[in-house]
Amino acid sequence: MEGKIRLEVVTPYGLVFSDDVDEIIAPGSEGEFGVLPNHAPMFTTLKIGMLTYRKGNHTGYLFVNWGHAEVTHDRVLILADSAEKAEDIDVERALAAKKRAEERLKQAEKFDQARATAALERAVTRTKVAEKAK
Amino acid sequence: MPTLRDIKRRINAVKNTRQITKAMKMVAAAKLRKAQMRMLQMRPYAERMNEVLRALSAATDTEIHPLLAFRPRKSIELMVITSDRGLCGAFNSNILRAASRLIQEKKGEGFDKITISVVGKKARDYFKRRNIEIRKAWTGLSGNLTYSDAQEIAKDIIDSYLDHVMDEVIILYNRFKTVMTQEVTSFRLLPYTMPESHEERLETTSSVYIFEPSRQEIYNQLLPKNIEIQIYSALLESQASEEAARMTAMENATKNADDMIENLTLQFNKARQASITKELMDIVGGVEALK
Repeated sequence: MEGKIRLEVVTPYGLVFSDDVDEIIAPGSEGEFGVLPNHAPMFTTLKIGMLTYRKGNHTGYLFVNWGHAEVTHDRVLILADSAEKAEDIDVERALAAKKRAEERLKQAEKFDQARATAALERAVTRTKVAEKAK
Repeated sequence: MPTLRDIKRRINAVKNTRQITKAMKMVAAAKLRKAQMRMLQMRPYAERMNEVLRALSAATDTEIHPLLAFRPRKSIELMVITSDRGLCGAFNSNILRAASRLIQEKKGEGFDKITISVVGKKARDYFKRRNIEIRKAWTGLSGNLTYSDAQEIAKDIIDSYLDHVMDEVIILYNRFKTVMTQEVTSFRLLPYTMPESHEERLETTSSVYIFEPSRQEIYNQLLPKNIEIQIYSALLESQASEEAARMTAMENATKNADDMIENLTLQFNKARQASITKELMDIVGGVEALK
């Protein structure tokens, strides 16, 4: 369609999102970036964060956990390790994960700190994205 | 003429077998559902990933990553994916027959060396019996397949490839089409691009990507990851195919057992009737003699 971008979010657990949208803001590893139709071809890595898209007056949010994005002039393809739509996020699970990660961070000698930090970041971002959906 | 008791015994034996095949069929059906779901979820990701990478690698300089570099193809590795357990119809024999044919074919193409790596006990035993050397065997994966299994296999393949143990890797597996049909499929895992297709692609791809953070960084992450994903998805496909093949095989076995029971029951009844008739004749004969 003219003036639209096809946004596809794919993870090993299935196709999470596929629709034509007007604008996308994605969490690139070097900072957030926005995509409008006719963007120059780009390939980038993503970090844990929130993906925002706008379709007409509707704004949607997705949680993205690492991955890569391929941008061509009419398509954005997100290959994420995992991703969820804001409304599908299990907030209780995220809060439990946050608590667990915080406890692990306190016991520095027992747990892998890098992993706990990543888990904490995921949990915090998940709850943040979930709140947007309300 | 078998006696009544012989027939009865046979009927019971067949009934026992039928019970087992029926149970196996149900177990396979349950496992198939799980495996099929995992496989179907994985498919779009694996396909997109592959698509993106082929496009990217065709549009780039092959010097950027050793996994992309061209080199003379002298040795080839065949990776054969089978199951650990039998009783699944022609599932394993189809793939092993195709493997043997492919080996012959590749020998004809003038490769110096053909190495074999296998997943699953069936392939391992098959090549062992034929005294064909196996470079590496992974067994015990089916049933509890995880992504880290694929990572482990991918790591070995990548390391060996970079060490020039082999210059090309082909995977042979059963692709899941429907519950009734599985298709023996082979695809080239490495090298990513062939010189011929590369030149062609370079001319047609005008788009030049902007890379962030850097081209190098992205290739370092993406190339090995894609290998993991491709292996993982082949393993998932094979697993779903295995359970589907087993389910069909067990269904047929159960049906055959049913037929056999029916025939035997008929025989049993006939024999019983015959013996009753014989006894009656004896009695009638005895009565006649007393007159």
